[in-house]
Amino acid sequence: MTVDAIIVGSGPGGATVADVLTTAGWTVTIIEKGRNHLLDPEDLRRPAFDYSNDEIKFLNRHFLGPDPLVEPRTFRTSEDDGDRLHVGEVNSVSSTVGGGGTHADGKVPRFRPEDFRVHSLFGPQPGAAVADWPLDYDELEPYYAEVERAIGVAGTDGANPFAAPRSGPFPMPSGAPMYGATRSAAAAQRLGYHPYPAPTAANSVPYDGRPACNNCGFCAYFGCPTHAKGDPIAMLQHAMATGRAELLTETFVSRVRMEGRRATGVDVIGPDGVRRSLSGGHVVIAAGAIETPRLLLLSGVDHDLVGRYLMTHFQTITAGSMPFRTYAERGRAVTHVHDDMIVGDDASRAAAAEAGLPWIRGGLVEHGGAGLPIMEAKHLPWGEQHPRLMADSPIRAHLWAFIMQGEDLPYAGNRVDLDPTVKDARGFPVARVTYRPGRHELVASKHYGPRLVEILKEMGAGWTAFTTSPGTGNAASPEAVPESRHNMGTVRMGTDPATSVVDPSGRLHQADNVVIADSSVFVTSAGYGPTLTLAALAARAAHLMV
Amino acid sequence: MPVWLTDDQYRTLASVCDRLIPPSESGPGAAAAGVPDYIDGLLGAFTFDPPRIWAGGPTSGRHGGRSAFGTFHRLTDLDELAWRMRIEGSRGLPEREFNGPVIGLQQLYREGLEALGEDFIRLDPDEQVGRLRSLPDFTDLVYGHTCEGMYGAPEYGGNRDQAGWRAIGFDGDVQPRGWTDQEVSDP
Repeated sequence: MTVDAIIVGSGPGGATVADVLTTAGWTVTIIEKGRNHLLDPEDLRRPAFDYSNDEIKFLNRHFLGPDPLVEPRTFRTSEDDGDRLHVGEVNSVSSTVGGGGTHADGKVPRFRPEDFRVHSLFGPQPGAAVADWPLDYDELEPYYAEVERAIGVAGTDGANPFAAPRSGPFPMPSGAPMYGATRSAAAAQRLGYHPYPAPTAANSVPYDGRPACNNCGFCAYFGCPTHAKGDPIAMLQHAMATGRAELLTETFVSRVRMEGRRATGVDVIGPDGVRRSLSGGHVVIAAGAIETPRLLLLSGVDHDLVGRYLMTHFQTITAGSMPFRTYAERGRAVTHVHDDMIVGDDASRAAAAEAGLPWIRGGLVEHGGAGLPIMEAKHLPWGEQHPRLMADSPIRAHLWAFIMQGEDLPYAGNRVDLDPTVKDARGFPVARVTYRPGRHELVASKHYGPRLVEILKEMGAGWTAFTTSPGTGNAASPEAVPESRHNMGTVRMGTDPATSVVDPSGRLHQADNVVIADSSVFVTSAGYGPTLTLAALAARAAHLMV
Repeated sequence: MPVWLTDDQYRTLASVCDRLIPPSESGPGAAAAGVPDYIDGLLGAFTFDPPRIWAGGPTSGRHGGRSAFGTFHRLTDLDELAWRMRIEGSRGLPEREFNGPVIGLQQLYREGLEALGEDFIRLDPDEQVGRLRSLPDFTDLVYGHTCEGMYGAPEYGGNRDQAGWRAIGFDGDVQPRGWTDQEVSDP
């Protein structure tokens, strides 16, 4: 049997494509290499209830995968490091039904119009391949609105003075603000910033058959035990309800089969280890910005840009110890953000000029805490003082933090390729990440970090700390591996086949029926989490297919 | 009764755990809180069926709902390969050595506890600390697991009677109760 489309990956990109295509009457097979803990195996239209408030299972035992022992990646900061510096976990997004959508805390901001036209509006940067996207915000807006409705996004209209124009209101009002965030937002406001309730794909009211979030606090890194988070279970449930979607789990796609300019299907290895071929009219790849280029390379797609321009968001992390309890263990992990450090001001223009750069752009700043006890314990020392420190709880009960998801510029040297020797348990070469921040990222972080510390002090912080991920010191240290899971840009979109891999509809320039539907296609990284934008692009790509 | 450690190893490990997280005015030390059982349960996870790797969901029953944490998830072949590599090591088996040999936790604990010495349990606390500091890699490994056993869900064998959570005023897994909007925004 040949289905109309094979979709590789069940995360927000693949799920969105499945929803749109099946609604249009197509038959699809969704192939996921991870396990299914999201949908009821007896009836895939219904949710499963495997997720739980369990710090051991999710943060210490790889429940959502990938397990770095059997599916490692490798890392180096540049070719000068040799073949690799690290083997293991590198920028790992969940490998499970639902993909990256299952683990995140569901912040889903839109990009703003200028994010699609950075080159035109601000100009080039030395050493970086800054370019405009081949489509603009207005073209994407209807698809942003469509995926916001599908997953259910809670937000407050008009709260962000820098927000992109919207064709309609948020589907739901914002949920309860976290106590610590009310304090940090007030402090930021006193210093002239513009914090606002983060657009969040966690229900504030019952929505689409799923309950309102009950604020359990086990949010970022955890699957949602009640399925108040709609991304991407909503789209998968919709696709399954049409009766036209099939879901294969624990099934690894090892190759896209090509005949000239057409893909005929994919080679897979199933849970039983048996290899077989599946045929499909179209092949949609939505495996994430590291696994997607890996699959293209394993399939012999011949284009020097496949894997290049990897961007991850250079994180500026500031934290302060508050003289009051922050209650970070209650609520949606992050309820407030601000855009000021993307937008910039006279001071940031001066900082850029002083560094000899044409401009700098920071990123979305997330206001949050750290409410988990095992995480705190591992950061505190052992010995006689341990019980007292844990009871006083400088981190879990008193820490407040800002993470700035700084815009990474696209550099050709930051890339994904196949490691020359390290393999996964199935015997295939793993993805090797070569990444280091450029001068723009370092200058922006150095400029904005102290300003975030000022807000923490205004909030009442005693001690404060300012660091980055990746760290900027020793390349051989594990801290050189970025913490960010916002992987983007490795299969660049554009109109010119010489400078891009896919066309503006997400289709490979080299093949008529292969579509990339994840953050691989991003031209620049903006300073916003990629999920909503990649889902909107996936929705657009799917509508253009039918 | 330990499931994987010998009785002697278990006793040494219990002493180690109590040096890492000693008894205090806020609560029992790691040994009385069951941390050695947590670690022994990890090292012997495959003596159970299903193996005690991932507790069930969505609720434990501590804040309402059913007691589902105690029903551990079945592992797929790939999960089992990963966790046997992690716990048992590669043991020269080609299917576990696709990237070379892997040393497992069982070997690390066997050798680490042996290196601490048979007399470890009879040393005074300062001497025990000194010996732990002389084996920093092993001590870091045990400390990580001790944190998990002390402050993780009791279904994994540690945090007995929620002693770890009580000592720090943590409510643990709160589903299906969650928190009210007022408890979140205006506690």
